[in-house]
Amino acid sequence: MAKAARPKPLQGEPLIIQMGPQHPSTHGVLRVELETDGEIVSKATPHIGYLHRCKEKIGEKIPYEQYVPYSDRMDYLAAINTNWTWAMAVEKLAGIEVPARAEWIRVFVGELNRIASHLVFQGCFGLDLGAITPFLHCFREREMVLDILEELSGGRLCFNYMRIGGVAGDMTPRAMQMTQDFLTQFRSKLDSLNELLSFNQIFIRRSANIGVVTADEAIAYGWTGPILRASGVDWDLRRDEPYSIYDQFEFDVPVGQGLKGQVGDNWDRYWVRVQEMYQSMRILEQVIVGFPEGGEFKAKVPAVIRPPQGAEVYVRGECPRGEVAFYIISDGSGTPYRMKVRGPSFCNISALEAIAKDMVVADLVSTLGTFDLVMGEVDR
Amino acid sequence: MSILLSWCQQISLFNALPLSIQYLVLGVVCAVIGLTMVSVVSLIAVWMERKISAHMQCRVGPMHVGWHGVLQTLADGFKLMLKEDIIPAMADRWLFILAPFLVFSGALLSWAVIPLSESFVPADLNIGVLYLLATSSIVAIGIIMAGWASHNKWSLYGAMRTAAQFLSYEIPTALHILPPVLLAGSLNLGEIVGQQAGGFLGVGNWFLWNPFCFIAFVAYYISSLAETNRTPFDLPESESELVSGFHTEYSGIRFSFFFMAEYADMFVVSALGVLLFLGGWHGPFGGSSFVLYFLKIIVLMSVTMWLRWTLPRLRIDQLMGVCWKFLIPLGLINILLASAWMAFSQS
Repeated sequence: MAKAARPKPLQGEPLIIQMGPQHPSTHGVLRVELETDGEIVSKATPHIGYLHRCKEKIGEKIPYEQYVPYSDRMDYLAAINTNWTWAMAVEKLAGIEVPARAEWIRVFVGELNRIASHLVFQGCFGLDLGAITPFLHCFREREMVLDILEELSGGRLCFNYMRIGGVAGDMTPRAMQMTQDFLTQFRSKLDSLNELLSFNQIFIRRSANIGVVTADEAIAYGWTGPILRASGVDWDLRRDEPYSIYDQFEFDVPVGQGLKGQVGDNWDRYWVRVQEMYQSMRILEQVIVGFPEGGEFKAKVPAVIRPPQGAEVYVRGECPRGEVAFYIISDGSGTPYRMKVRGPSFCNISALEAIAKDMVVADLVSTLGTFDLVMGEVDR
Repeated sequence: MSILLSWCQQISLFNALPLSIQYLVLGVVCAVIGLTMVSVVSLIAVWMERKISAHMQCRVGPMHVGWHGVLQTLADGFKLMLKEDIIPAMADRWLFILAPFLVFSGALLSWAVIPLSESFVPADLNIGVLYLLATSSIVAIGIIMAGWASHNKWSLYGAMRTAAQFLSYEIPTALHILPPVLLAGSLNLGEIVGQQAGGFLGVGNWFLWNPFCFIAFVAYYISSLAETNRTPFDLPESESELVSGFHTEYSGIRFSFFFMAEYADMFVVSALGVLLFLGGWHGPFGGSSFVLYFLKIIVLMSVTMWLRWTLPRLRIDQLMGVCWKFLIPLGLINILLASAWMAFSQS
């Protein structure tokens, strides 16, 4: 008797979905090509370049001072920190001495901007997990920071506040007072946000033990910033290679400890940033106490900066997303011969493909959220 | 409807018509009343949701159209009606058009057996609870239809999730409705409420105080959140992952039907919770009024909204875990114990 032919197993093929460039959770114009099997992602390929604006080429064509607003638009959530790194790079290239008062102001606005940037992250990460209310609470706090920065620089997103050799405007007593008011309120607000979001059981279940990256992997992918520290690598430029006047301040560097799961999971990446806000508050308190009386807020620099011919520098700065670095070569003229930008988000996103394998779509979205990408800085 | 029929039959002109026509006329009248009620209730619910969410998020919400923005939803409704009707080129035209109405009619049908007060029940069925369970399943079919017809992968994802979620959560909902039904010995909603009158301070006979029913109430409430797609179970339309889930491609008036259905559904599950567990229109000290009944429903709906704006969302496998590993075993054990207790206490 002939055996009944077994029915062929159903031939399925993976469903390919384009997540982005217009998608509510890619935080900008990132396109991720997902190959999914039901809810499980078998492959995720990030496609970048939708926001490319030839920043490096522009840098070769315009004078050094005029590049500051362009650096604003790289990491637009932490414009001050990017400004600052650019200013530091040019100062080192041209050998310009920055007055002490300017350094204090720089640390002050830099840490404020770090808080603002981390608040955006905290809110957006909640949003990625479906919690809408914490997002608005975070933005209410961020509003206070932006008010202070507006008082100093006049801007609210792209501040254009740093200048080669100092800052654009002097510190005002009002800004000092506003910061004091902000600091007195913010600690308790952050504590209540933690109650609402960080230690919520659903939140922990959605973020702990997901997207785990070990310290070795993190270093291999060239990660920097909070997500590197979350994987357990104790490295912070502000402490380990102090620039500006960071060596005068006392602060801790939070490192991922795997409190709710493994070291280097989504919850750790989130928690490191929350703790960094507490540390930034500590630095700000010290700045307010020790702020110098009098002095210049900007060094005297020539109208056109002409660094010596053949000089080249590579200067790094600790931004909220990681290390921003500028590599500049001078040919002795008023514009750089060549400049190169290292964006932290660009390096951080490179690990996505490896992490995303065998992940659920919902987890991929939240993992992408913990990278805290700013596409302006990935694409430049 | 039977009361309405006897009223109308006193009019000689109406009485001259054949009985089938009389039923038809009355059916249409009842449907129009129901439709109006659904629209009004969803208008109020949407306004409540906007205000509650706004105040939780340090905002004020709509303020300009009407007193504290009560008419804002009406204005938005008009806007949606005036919008261009977009049907994607590759969409399955008929299913795409049909889906929102199916979802909405599923929600509307449930209203037929929900008593709106002690005396006004649109359809006083003796199997009211069973009917409710049946009609609420129609919504799932409509949503799957919408997701399939849109010809959009994100919509399809949303629809597939809905299918899984609805099928899973129908079971615990049904299981946890059973204890009060067991206690009352009836599937008629009016009768179930009738048995909860009186007792200590007029609230002592609520089924909520029965230990089995108390467990059932909590579990019913959790599964009803999933049935109505509310956070933490709003996976079918989770914005952050699926754009808007099954209604990504819908706009204008078609979208508003989905929207209204959601709130109509929310009202139905809240009303059912009140009827089965919280004594319906019976209040403290022997009072009974439909105002009290609506007040209780509004409280339950507010809790739903409060949860939505507080909690993050579960993941799909966690959602299924809650249902299959926790709610269903709990329901089965609960029913077993409740029946044993009933048998023991009666003998």
